[in-house]
Amino acid sequence: MRLNIDTYNEIVETLSHNKSRSLLTGFGVFWGLFMLLFLVGGGRGFKEMIMENFAGFANNAGIIISQNTSLPYAGFQEGRYWSLTTRDLDRLRTLVPECDAIVPMLSIWGDNARSEYQDRTYNSSIKSVTADYAKIEPAKLKYGRYLTENDVKQERKVCVLGKRVYEVLFPEGGNPCGEFIKVGGIYYEVVGVDFATGNISINGSNSESVIIPFTIAQKIFNRGNSVDIICITAKGGIKISSIEPKIRQALAREHLFDWKDEQALMVLKVEEMFSMVDNLFRGLNFLIWLIGLGTLLAGIIGVSNIMMVTVKGRTTEIGLRRAIGATKNDVLSQIILESITLTLIAGMGGIMFSVLVLKVFEKAAGGAFMISFGTAVLAALLLSVLGVVAGLAPAFRAVSIKPVDAMRDE
Amino acid sequence: MQIELRGVNKTYNNGQPLHVLKGIDLDIEQGEFVSIMGASGSGKSTLLNILGILDTYDSGEYHIDGVLIKDLPERKAADYRNKTIGFIFQSFNLINFKTAVENVELPLFYQKVNRRKRHEKAMAYLERLGLKGWEQHYPNEMSGGQKQRVAIARALITKPRIILADEPTGALDSKTSAEVMQLLKQLNREEKVTMIIVTHDQNVAAQTDRTIYIKDGVIGQ
Repeated sequence: MRLNIDTYNEIVETLSHNKSRSLLTGFGVFWGLFMLLFLVGGGRGFKEMIMENFAGFANNAGIIISQNTSLPYAGFQEGRYWSLTTRDLDRLRTLVPECDAIVPMLSIWGDNARSEYQDRTYNSSIKSVTADYAKIEPAKLKYGRYLTENDVKQERKVCVLGKRVYEVLFPEGGNPCGEFIKVGGIYYEVVGVDFATGNISINGSNSESVIIPFTIAQKIFNRGNSVDIICITAKGGIKISSIEPKIRQALAREHLFDWKDEQALMVLKVEEMFSMVDNLFRGLNFLIWLIGLGTLLAGIIGVSNIMMVTVKGRTTEIGLRRAIGATKNDVLSQIILESITLTLIAGMGGIMFSVLVLKVFEKAAGGAFMISFGTAVLAALLLSVLGVVAGLAPAFRAVSIKPVDAMRDE
Repeated sequence: MQIELRGVNKTYNNGQPLHVLKGIDLDIEQGEFVSIMGASGSGKSTLLNILGILDTYDSGEYHIDGVLIKDLPERKAADYRNKTIGFIFQSFNLINFKTAVENVELPLFYQKVNRRKRHEKAMAYLERLGLKGWEQHYPNEMSGGQKQRVAIARALITKPRIILADEPTGALDSKTSAEVMQLLKQLNREEKVTMIIVTHDQNVAAQTDRTIYIKDGVIGQ
């Protein structure tokens, strides 16, 4: 097989002089590659959009909530209500050492949580937590700082504003730290603004909340030692699901309910939601590659098929080429090179078209739909290989044409 | 003696074995202008295929310029077909998607002659055959006589020493066929190229220097 500009010209001439034939042959590959890359890019963009909802949420977090019991236990009937308390925090810390952050939360809604500044009001909610809450729902501070341990210990009347609250109360923007805002009738000093906007939220989205120290909420709202929710994170490498029984046992012993009672004590595990979405996309990805590669394969078989028919139609031409001095290798390489050239040109067209369409998607929907450069290179390599494979069968049929065949009438 | 056949046999084995050539002895000198005549099925086309190394024979010997042509390796056979022998076909066998000049260039492409050189040569041959101005036309834009002249130019471009023509006038009317015969005769005189024409047309055979009759696979009178 000789590869030079002359051979190349001969191939291009043959292909370009038979435009409709080449177009039909190449279309399958064009479409196959377009579908494959479009689906890969689309799946990626879709995943990105879904994953944005999880952004800024610790994936090893757990949320502990108390509810009515569903099983009778130790002489109590089912349906009894119980409540988490601040003592449970210490209990968890001692009995479940795998816990990293343990954060109590009190939530206040409605009139008691409405925030006011000058003549502007916003129907916010209050999340009262400790400083460690940033480990569960990481803050993206635009101004100032987050709550500190001293804020909690010294019961300071300070607050961190969510993005939405800040935008409504301070529409002209600027740093609000040091300003005092009224929340539920009490003045708090603004110490920070949190711009995080994940869509996972515990008791309301962070952007619509005012975060204040846990201890101050206990006092102001007369909550005694009760706790609405306990948020925990597990230490590195430990899954919440593996320490869930210990958590249940520790709390059940104190509050006198059956530790297997799933209703009495609800433990939400973020990792489960993560792995659910993860699995969903792994499955989706598999499907995408299956469909994409399938379409591409169908395209390649199409090329092979049409070239097979073409070769049959070109019997006289090929016979003639042999009769005037072409060797078997000349014919073989010509057909394979025709196949590669067709596949590559059509495939590159497919790559470019899919990039174009994905770009349009990105502009329209936002997110990152674009395929990576590596994927494009991989697709191009795949194409060259498939081009050879597609050309093999037609090429061997062409070689089997004897020069005598050129003598026969068409 | 340029072409020398001794006891050449050929049998086709397509189901029923068919003994087509039954011991052909044939001598043709350099520069001769001969015709091979015979009824259809007499084996004349098979003989031409063997002469042109397009087909193999079973037994006997075939020499070109003293070289035995038998079981040649692929490359060698292709080389002979390219350089020593030129073909002219009844149905012209031009490639439809190539222009006249591209068709004429094709044998030189397989000789690995560079593009510009073979283009120049092809243009020169087309002009010589009276096709100036038709170089960029496709075969389907030409008359039968013009197509055959393109095919002749293609056969000549490698300066072969033997030209094999299979019913070169078979698809032409009597006027053009006389012109083509005139052309072949002229080429034979000027280039001293051996011209072997297979035909069943008595008029065509009459214009050649010698007629070889073939009947039922043997050379007759």
